[in-house]
Amino acid sequence: MSEQIQVALKEALERPNLVAFVVLFLCGFFVMTTNSNMIKKLIGIYLLQTSVLLLLVTIGVKQDASVPILIADHTESSETIVPADYYVNPLPHVLTLTAIVVQVATLGVSLALVAAIYRKYSSLDENEVLQRIE
Amino acid sequence: MMEFFEIALLILLITTAVGISRVRNLISAVLVLACYSFLMAAVWAQLGAVDVAFVEAVVGAGLATVLFLLTLFRARAQDTQIRRARTPLVALLGLPLLGFLLLYAAVDLPPYPDGRDGQDLGKASTRVAAEYLQKSYQKTETPNVVTAVLMDYRAFDTLIETGVIFTAGIACALLLRDRAK
Repeated sequence: MSEQIQVALKEALERPNLVAFVVLFLCGFFVMTTNSNMIKKLIGIYLLQTSVLLLLVTIGVKQDASVPILIADHTESSETIVPADYYVNPLPHVLTLTAIVVQVATLGVSLALVAAIYRKYSSLDENEVLQRIE
Repeated sequence: MMEFFEIALLILLITTAVGISRVRNLISAVLVLACYSFLMAAVWAQLGAVDVAFVEAVVGAGLATVLFLLTLFRARAQDTQIRRARTPLVALLGLPLLGFLLLYAAVDLPPYPDGRDGQDLGKASTRVAAEYLQKSYQKTETPNVVTAVLMDYRAFDTLIETGVIFTAGIACALLLRDRAK
């Protein structure tokens, strides 16, 4: 049994980003679900989203690979086929770029909603807002 | 050495995330969140995702923090202080279970593959992804592969994303306009 735990720990340490993803995801989920303050909930959603993006970028990593910007040797003539194992996988980066921008756009809209609610009910706490509606 | 640097950054990242969940003042929470965003940008730069790191540092740590602070500066001081409610039992039991399941699944994901000497790169980085790296320069003449994919192969997608941001801007303007007029 203790050997199994040792093997599991070793396997987890070989993937530090995935362990960090799990911890950050749980942290964000905890903040999002257990707070009744709307700003704190939005902070939790932000944590959760960035943790998922961390997982997405981690999937594209290769050992000893460089950033996906081609070096001069590979851009001398337009006929060279670039060796793919020199560079990390660029496709998760593209998806992540789009996701970050959309995430901040939706964050802006939800903060505007919170500001409108605060102007009408003068509270950031969702329980107090519900009481004042009734 | 790089491995050590990465683990140190991840420990800092987790510390700031736990700090965000414990801190009671909302403005402090937002500022710690900005810290977290910058650390996340550092982790991404270290993983080779430089474009993502730029965007996270500018949009995530900069713009998102400004938006949070703009909302909070309108609020009265006593409203930016949160009272801690009791943590529900479902969260105390359910979240560790969720964490165990995620870790159990995470061990099945591959560690960083080493593609040199003809070794397998894993499913995520072969076929289409390798094709983009090998041939995008011939087709687009852009040395930065991320830019080539974003602005050439998926230009239409990026255009519609601009539409999403425009819609979000209009929604903000409509929500925040002065009703008194």
